[in-house]
Amino acid sequence: MSDHPIGGAHAPLLEVDHVVVQFGGVTAVNEATFVADAGTVTGLIGPNGAGKTTCFNVISGLQKPTRGKVRFRGRNVTGAPVHRRSKRGMGRTFQRLEAFGSLSVRDNVRVAYDIHRGLAGLVRPGAKDIDALLDRVGISSYADERADSIPTGTARLLELARCLAGDPKLLLLDEPSSGLDESETDDFGDLLRDLAAEGRGILMVEHDMDLVMGVCDTIHVLDFGSIIASGTPGEIRRDPAVQRAYLGYSDEVPEHELVGASAGASAVEETRTDLVPVGAATEATTVIPAVGATIPEDVR
Amino acid sequence: MSSLISFTILGLFTGAAYAIAASGLVLTYTTTRVFNIAHGAFGMVMAFVFWDFSQRQGLNLFLSLFLVLGVIAPAIGWGIQRFVTKGLGEGPVSVALVVTVGLFVGLIGLAQQVWPPEPRTVPPFMASSGVQLGDTYITAHQIITIVISIGVALGLYVLLNRTRIGTAMRASVDNPELLKLFGGKPDTVAALSWAIGISLAALGGILLSSVIGLSYYDLTLLVINAYAAAMLGRLKSLPLTFVGAMGLGILQSFAVAYLPSDGFLAGTRAVVPALFLFVVIVLMPQAQLRIGQVKGIVSAPLPSITKSVAWGGALLVFVALLVGGGMSTANLLLVGTAATYAMVMLSLVLLTGYGGHVSLAQLTFAGVGALAYAKLEQPNLAGLFLAAAIAAGVGALVALPVLRLTGLYLALSTLAFGVLMDKMIFQAEFAFGFNGTLQAGRLSILGNAIESTGGYVLVMTLFLVLMGIALLLLRRGSLGRVLIAMRDSPAACGTLGLDMRWFRVGLFGLSAGMAGLAGALFAGLRGTIGAADFQFFNSLPLLLLAVVFGVTSVTGATLGGVGLMLLPVMQSNNPGIAGLIFAVLGFGAVALGRDPNGLANLMFGLGRRIQALVLPQLRDRLPVLPGRRPDGSDDGEDAGLADLLPETPDATGKVPAHV
Repeated sequence: MSDHPIGGAHAPLLEVDHVVVQFGGVTAVNEATFVADAGTVTGLIGPNGAGKTTCFNVISGLQKPTRGKVRFRGRNVTGAPVHRRSKRGMGRTFQRLEAFGSLSVRDNVRVAYDIHRGLAGLVRPGAKDIDALLDRVGISSYADERADSIPTGTARLLELARCLAGDPKLLLLDEPSSGLDESETDDFGDLLRDLAAEGRGILMVEHDMDLVMGVCDTIHVLDFGSIIASGTPGEIRRDPAVQRAYLGYSDEVPEHELVGASAGASAVEETRTDLVPVGAATEATTVIPAVGATIPEDVR
Repeated sequence: MSSLISFTILGLFTGAAYAIAASGLVLTYTTTRVFNIAHGAFGMVMAFVFWDFSQRQGLNLFLSLFLVLGVIAPAIGWGIQRFVTKGLGEGPVSVALVVTVGLFVGLIGLAQQVWPPEPRTVPPFMASSGVQLGDTYITAHQIITIVISIGVALGLYVLLNRTRIGTAMRASVDNPELLKLFGGKPDTVAALSWAIGISLAALGGILLSSVIGLSYYDLTLLVINAYAAAMLGRLKSLPLTFVGAMGLGILQSFAVAYLPSDGFLAGTRAVVPALFLFVVIVLMPQAQLRIGQVKGIVSAPLPSITKSVAWGGALLVFVALLVGGGMSTANLLLVGTAATYAMVMLSLVLLTGYGGHVSLAQLTFAGVGALAYAKLEQPNLAGLFLAAAIAAGVGALVALPVLRLTGLYLALSTLAFGVLMDKMIFQAEFAFGFNGTLQAGRLSILGNAIESTGGYVLVMTLFLVLMGIALLLLRRGSLGRVLIAMRDSPAACGTLGLDMRWFRVGLFGLSAGMAGLAGALFAGLRGTIGAADFQFFNSLPLLLLAVVFGVTSVTGATLGGVGLMLLPVMQSNNPGIAGLIFAVLGFGAVALGRDPNGLANLMFGLGRRIQALVLPQLRDRLPVLPGRRPDGSDDGEDAGLADLLPETPDATGKVPAHV
């Protein structure tokens, strides 16, 4: 499962190259460099406030990086608008839900189809495959419900289905499994493997360590905006830096992040002190609690 | 040379007053994310209160100032935040805009009611004092104003950077939720910002009232100057806001001094702030997409096509009966006017109800259509549609500079555009002419001229019905779904590959075109039109009535059109309460503005309930009723509001969940 080296002979699907994002005096992402390959599932993990969602925003174009580059399918897309990256084959879901609340679940996917097909889609909508897509992610029983009335986990799957309508080469999934129960999460893991087997690249921010360790080929660990470790699930599990980050030793908190120019932003970093120490890092699977899941992670 | 100095000082004085007002606007906007369109209106009302205390009641000047700035204005600011604008920041921008436009109109109405028009003057501070500087005489009032503005700047700096509550204010700019989580009190912060903000509006208004006079409109439109200045600081930087205000003040002063006082350029003197605003907006950098689902949007039920056609037919028959029943020409003209307003409101249903964008100049687009129709002198369908196309083009041009920005800026630039068109174009000799005597011919369709007013009104109603049906078709189709999607989550639309910038320009153009068509038809109806028919201010009651009656439904627009037509009728019948009517409308919109589905949706709900009550009994008495299924739904052939009931999945008739 881990025979996908970072880099390699072919250009990776996605390259994040020394990306820096600063909000006022606070550095949310610091020289982050990592890749995600086609046909693999890549995990991006880290404590709350580590900059994972900010990374996603930079990759998808919702946030301009202060420095650094994003290359997608061999082309520099750092300055490209959001919709152009999407046209090039990038799809994403959101940590804070972005479903079209007043449309039905089916219409959510239909809109995605119509947008994907461009002007033709706007003039002559094609309804095919929508139900198949809903079925594939396992939410067809909700097809006729309003998207703001379905459970969170279902809405996350809906966002995935909506992405898939555009047949993306790269999927950016932001905490896709939160809100799913155990058996749903298992099914979801299988779906991710299937999608990767179709040749898609998947980059996933996720707190469910069972899922991350189970489906990812490569994992990058982000802490205070920097990549502190990259490797296979096995390597990550043994990495001392990762264990330290998750145990949350606060004496390593850089001063500028606590006394930043923006009170709101620095407050985010302080949420880390809430981190519950993880019991047995030596166990086969490590569960990192999704601490403070209600705290908005992205500081804007 | 000396005149240059004196005009610079005059400019610095007005700039200082703008800066004071603008900093209040920035403060309230940044801390609560509610852009207060009524900021200038508060300044205006407070200036009247100050006049009332210091002049009418003869209170001591300083006591009056203290009462207004230290007690009344802060109390009103606190109350407005507490009871009106609280929570609006997280909702759709359109709702916040509509609510503050409601305040805008309501306050003007209130001022007219409490202080009926009569000459009033507020003397400048220390009227007889001044300083001679070479050839230039600087009044004490000017010096005081500039000194106060510096004091305000310093005070705000200290407040925001050196006090605990100020730090909390800056924190709440970033994330009020988070502030709450860490023991801050966002509500206190917001209330304090509004108290200070309204107080600063009052100060700006009072300082300017001795120069520009106590005028309901001039002082209210101070908001355009204030936000033009604030825009330079992107509505968040106070230092840049001060720079913008001073620059604007000087620019305006120079325009008065050096531009010719007659001819076309003379018109530009009055619109310097609006022009300034456009330039700043064009130069603004690209905005980031808003992330986060927009809360609190509920769609109105969508009727089926058969039902829409049936209702449209019923409306036509109704109007035909009115026409055939020998209605007087005056009343027929009123019916035609109502149809015009209803069509303009339909354009708002598209733009605001479906698209989530607000235009504060929809009547101006109607004016463009009317002007084009009259100037083209082609009173036929080709001329009509060409006029509408011209209005659409103008609408797209207005949206173009704000292509990269968010909905708020679009709305603000429409207000500036409305003022610009009204003062520079519509009132100019080459357009409507000053007295409003531009002739327009009655429309002829396929060679048949429609000379009778009754026939023309019927044709207008037909256009209204067709427009409504076309709108519903659009809403049901793919385009309509994308519109709703864009309103619900712009960020998701972007990541799905939609280039919203051009989509928005197209939407805006289409909406302006619809308004332009209405204006062109109106020109033909009246035969003589003028700038007075399309005053920019009237776009605001139009928007408010559209929202009150329901800007998400065609029914709401139709009812709203009738309502807007009745407004001036009511006012001319009861001149004593003309202001009160505005006040009721404005504050009514404040109360109802949170539900854009408006009264129409309440009626739909009522219809549903009546249906649920009556139908079972009806079935009991008439066991075999054709066309009815046992579940109580019907085929849509008989009358009753319930026939506009939802049949689509996104119209489940839920109770609106508001912020």
